[in-house]
Amino acid sequence: MEPEPFPDFLDPAPSDGPEYVLHLYITGATPNSTRAVRNIKDICEQHLKGRYELLIIDIYQQPELAQEQDLIGVPTLIKQRPGLVRRMVGDLSDRERVLKVLGIVSALPDSSDDAPAHE
Amino acid sequence: MQENTTSQHPALPTLPKSPTGIEGLDEITEGGLPQGRPTLICGSAGCGKTLLGVEFLVRGIQDYGEPGVLMAFEETGEELAANVASLGFDLKDLQERKLLRVDHVHVDRSEIEETGEYDLEGLFIRLGYAIDSIGAKRVVLDTIESLFSGFPNQAVLRSEIRRLFRWLKDRGVTTVITAERGDGSLTRQGLEEYVSDCVILLDNRVIDQITTRRLRIVKYRGSTHGTNEYPYLITADGISVLPVTSLKLEHTVSSNIVSTGIPALDDMFGLRGFYQGSSVLVTGTAGTAKTTLAAAFADKICAEGQRCLFFAFEESPMQLTRNMASVGIDLQRHVTSGLLRIEASRPTLNGLEQHLVTLHRLVKEFQPDAVVIDPITNLITVGNISEVRSMLTRLIDFLKVSNITAFFTALISGRGQQQEMTDEGVSSLVDTWISVRDLEGIGERNRGLSILKSRGMAHSNQVREFIVTSHGIELLDVVLGPTGIVTGASRLAQQLEEHAQALATQQETERRDRELERRRRVLEANIANLRTEFESVEEELRQMTSDEQTRQQALATGKQRMAAAHHLPATPGAPATGESGQ
Repeated sequence: MEPEPFPDFLDPAPSDGPEYVLHLYITGATPNSTRAVRNIKDICEQHLKGRYELLIIDIYQQPELAQEQDLIGVPTLIKQRPGLVRRMVGDLSDRERVLKVLGIVSALPDSSDDAPAHE
Repeated sequence: MQENTTSQHPALPTLPKSPTGIEGLDEITEGGLPQGRPTLICGSAGCGKTLLGVEFLVRGIQDYGEPGVLMAFEETGEELAANVASLGFDLKDLQERKLLRVDHVHVDRSEIEETGEYDLEGLFIRLGYAIDSIGAKRVVLDTIESLFSGFPNQAVLRSEIRRLFRWLKDRGVTTVITAERGDGSLTRQGLEEYVSDCVILLDNRVIDQITTRRLRIVKYRGSTHGTNEYPYLITADGISVLPVTSLKLEHTVSSNIVSTGIPALDDMFGLRGFYQGSSVLVTGTAGTAKTTLAAAFADKICAEGQRCLFFAFEESPMQLTRNMASVGIDLQRHVTSGLLRIEASRPTLNGLEQHLVTLHRLVKEFQPDAVVIDPITNLITVGNISEVRSMLTRLIDFLKVSNITAFFTALISGRGQQQEMTDEGVSSLVDTWISVRDLEGIGERNRGLSILKSRGMAHSNQVREFIVTSHGIELLDVVLGPTGIVTGASRLAQQLEEHAQALATQQETERRDRELERRRRVLEANIANLRTEFESVEEELRQMTSDEQTRQQALATGKQRMAAAHHLPATPGAPATGESGQ
């Protein structure tokens, strides 16, 4: 409930890097993973153009990261910044939910009101 | 999966198994858990599921050189390490030596947002990486159902867990999965038991305020196994499962004889004592000197320089030594010399299993030649009859296998009860059975001892009366009265009577001897008289004979002279004689 107000205050401070840092962990070219890559790229391009850094990591290539990042379900998108670290499991096809968790105010005013209220 | 496993079996003469190294469990499973296959350990809270898993890994590393991976869903590596440190398992050290990998999987519903389709490949990769990094042969997943609380999509989870089991099998790692017990099913999700090749159920039951943990193998694909519920304990050394017996009767036997400690009792046995390593049971009603018999035995064992372990469930060591000193059995000197160890505890202190484990531990520690338990009857207070019986069976079996002479006492309740039955029904298990009982006569009670059985040697069939004196137990000679064996005062009376009779008989004999002597003397005197008489008669006769001869001779001479006178002229010499005759 609390975390959402913070990003607004913290946002201006780390101006040295991109506003959004997202890590997407995938497993090779499985259907879920390819869908997830496509979806996150869409979202970023649509809502965060120029304000984000997206890192796509294939844990087949770096299996040690699976334990470090405590991954269970794959694909997992970890929002490192802004605000608290949040995890999303799945192919990111539930766009509404992804946007909510990322704290992105969507174009629609209704959903922008909903987002802070819920989280 | 079922078809798959069954189809493999004909090719395998015996299913390869991974020994767990857990005391007793390998005996029940006949060698261990199925190698390269998943085993489910399920049970309610506090059963020791995690501990069993950790012990499986640690023993695997320490005893069988098989590195292991522990994937913990509930506890962190630090917590686990701290929890099992008291059992002497140093997880940190094993991790540093790259023999163990602990991976804590943190599952938190609030941190996970489902945004579409996914699978648990992350878990597979972690596990695969952990296995590969140390070459693990054993894997423990504790407790996999935690995933269900973190991931709401049951359909995905179920199919993924199924896939995980398949995957673990393909990797050829021996896996232990723990699960909470569900209502009416072995696990909450009702899934793991079907995909596991072996299911072990742990149970924690409280009966009459006494907790007993039990273990049962619910299924074991492709192998026979013990099907009973086996009690197990969490001891200072880890889990200890106690199989009812070693399941076989193959112990080696000794022909050495151990004295009973009472010389007269030794005499009642054909070989003058018990076989070493046999089990002896002394049963009797209250106050029949069972403990004294036990103490006499212990005293004898120690006096011969052997070691004896004495479990006293009724008296404290001090009380026991004092009481025994009063009947001339000095146990204190053996305690001091270290040959005797008295372990006194209330039976209610522990559950039966704990008693058994304590006993096992002490026996291993003290290495005694004989063990005395006085009495086994008191154990009934901490369990029901069948439990006590199974515990005693295991105990007797254990002692026999260890070639330790066991001496038990048991109280028989109530008079007139069938003397050939002990309450615990262990009489058939023991090799030698001595019965002591009250022989209540007119106005007094006496103690009688008899041997009901003694396997492998002849024994006396008599009921012997015995008395407890200030210098030990004494068996009295059998006294037979008109109505059978007599004891106590009647015995004394009988003895007196017999004594009097014997005396009378003796006097009678003496009198007869004297009479005979007298008659002999009279006869001899008569003989002497007769002989004298005979002599005088003989002399007279001889005199008469001699006179007769003389007379005859004189007669003969006279006749010759007369004949000479008649024939004077015919002979030249005759004129002289004729002349003189004229």
